[in-house]
Amino acid sequence: MIKLQLPISEAAIRELKMGDEVAISGLMVTARDAAHKYIHENWPDWLKPIMDGSMIYHCGPVVKQHEDGSWSFVAAGPTTSIREEPYEAAVMEHYKVRAVIGKGGMGEKTLAGLAKSGGVYLHAIGGMAASLAKSVVRVHDVYMLDELGVPEAFWHIEVEDFPAVVTMDSHGDSLHKSIKAKSDEVAKKLIFG
Amino acid sequence: MFQYDEKVLKDQLLELIRLAATDLPKDVVESIQAAQQNEDEGSAARSVFGMILKNIELARAEATPICQDTGTNIYLVYIPEGVGMRKLTALIHEATSEAVDKSYLRPNAVDSITGKNSGNNIGEGQPFIHFEEWDNDYIEFKLMLKGGGCENVSTQYKLPDVGLGAGRDLDGVYKVIVDAVNAAQGLGCAPGILGIGIGGDRTTSHLTAKSQLFRKMTDTNPNADLVEMESKLLADLNELGVGPMGFGGKTTILGVKMGSMHRLPASFFVSISYMCWAYRRHSMILNGKGEVSYD
Repeated sequence: MIKLQLPISEAAIRELKMGDEVAISGLMVTARDAAHKYIHENWPDWLKPIMDGSMIYHCGPVVKQHEDGSWSFVAAGPTTSIREEPYEAAVMEHYKVRAVIGKGGMGEKTLAGLAKSGGVYLHAIGGMAASLAKSVVRVHDVYMLDELGVPEAFWHIEVEDFPAVVTMDSHGDSLHKSIKAKSDEVAKKLIFG
Repeated sequence: MFQYDEKVLKDQLLELIRLAATDLPKDVVESIQAAQQNEDEGSAARSVFGMILKNIELARAEATPICQDTGTNIYLVYIPEGVGMRKLTALIHEATSEAVDKSYLRPNAVDSITGKNSGNNIGEGQPFIHFEEWDNDYIEFKLMLKGGGCENVSTQYKLPDVGLGAGRDLDGVYKVIVDAVNAAQGLGCAPGILGIGIGGDRTTSHLTAKSQLFRKMTDTNPNADLVEMESKLLADLNELGVGPMGFGGKTTILGVKMGSMHRLPASFFVSISYMCWAYRRHSMILNGKGEVSYD
């Protein structure tokens, strides 16, 4: 298990390899479908200090607001990442984001982006919402809650020992690509004999 | 005349929602446990199942959602003659909104035109409620939560499919299902459970597929041909090697449940409703004395 502290440098991220298990601590931000669309249309400067050297978590949490107005995460597993494929490489490069955390992996465009700007794709376990919410120790802030709604807002969170696996690295390796290539072969045999 | 106390029933429905979101049914948990035992010692797949099982326990113990995507809430409600549907719908809505306040459900209803989240998980078509009248003297509410990730990999084919060499028979049905599960990879939170609808029209074919997911993991299809096809598909699909969460492994699919409808001579649809491993469904029976039992 490799411990990662955020913010993290490009050099440290480039050391990671497909298959590495990591535990992340520090500040990161959630962003999913509506957030990526918003970024792509506006490229806002206010996200720069939040994202620089940090990670984007593809997550739409179940949250609880306390009487003093503060928030906590109740359930917070990853959502499917491939929907952000059109945007992610450009977002990572623009804001110097060092990793995205999600599930299901991403495609060629993102894989090329990881190599170019220095990043990794981290896979969390889908449906592990109750457990992963425990790794979110504090909700630092929330942005655009009214505009985007609870699942799609930018939640700036502090995590501690958040577990994930590197499934796409900055050296061009993708676990998703290799699993798919093998299963394509089997499917071909099953379908065409 | 069937009577019930509205306030009490609203609370009983809230409990049904809590169970559905936080307590994975026994038959599903047992199926995941068996799958874990079948994976190699020290494999990624076995370790993923370990984490999944731990999360299931934690969610149940702390009454927090197993998955943050509490999904489309799908209700099948069976009512005796004379029970009003509009009142029950209003009570389901009330319980839904309260479940959001209690963090059992995520506000999951987004206006498709404006992009605005309704904030209480209620909107046009959400939750989805289907009523049927029956001869029994009690009401049954069946509830399933189906997340967006697995809904997005669900799909529909029409036979013949030239590219796959799939004709208008069970062999053709088999081929398109293999194709769909291979395309889904780990995206729908594998290992999945497949509800298959054969025939019908575009709509009823999907409805048949989804309805299969209300069956228990261990039940037996009443149609002998489909019994055979379900077990063949289960064995063959697990050869794909996609594994839990797409990390590779022997378990790509936990179960296959098939159903059929009559079709038009011109149409032959096959619908595949992919359910994630967080296969959340519970039911509640309400008798005439106001007593409920949950399953």
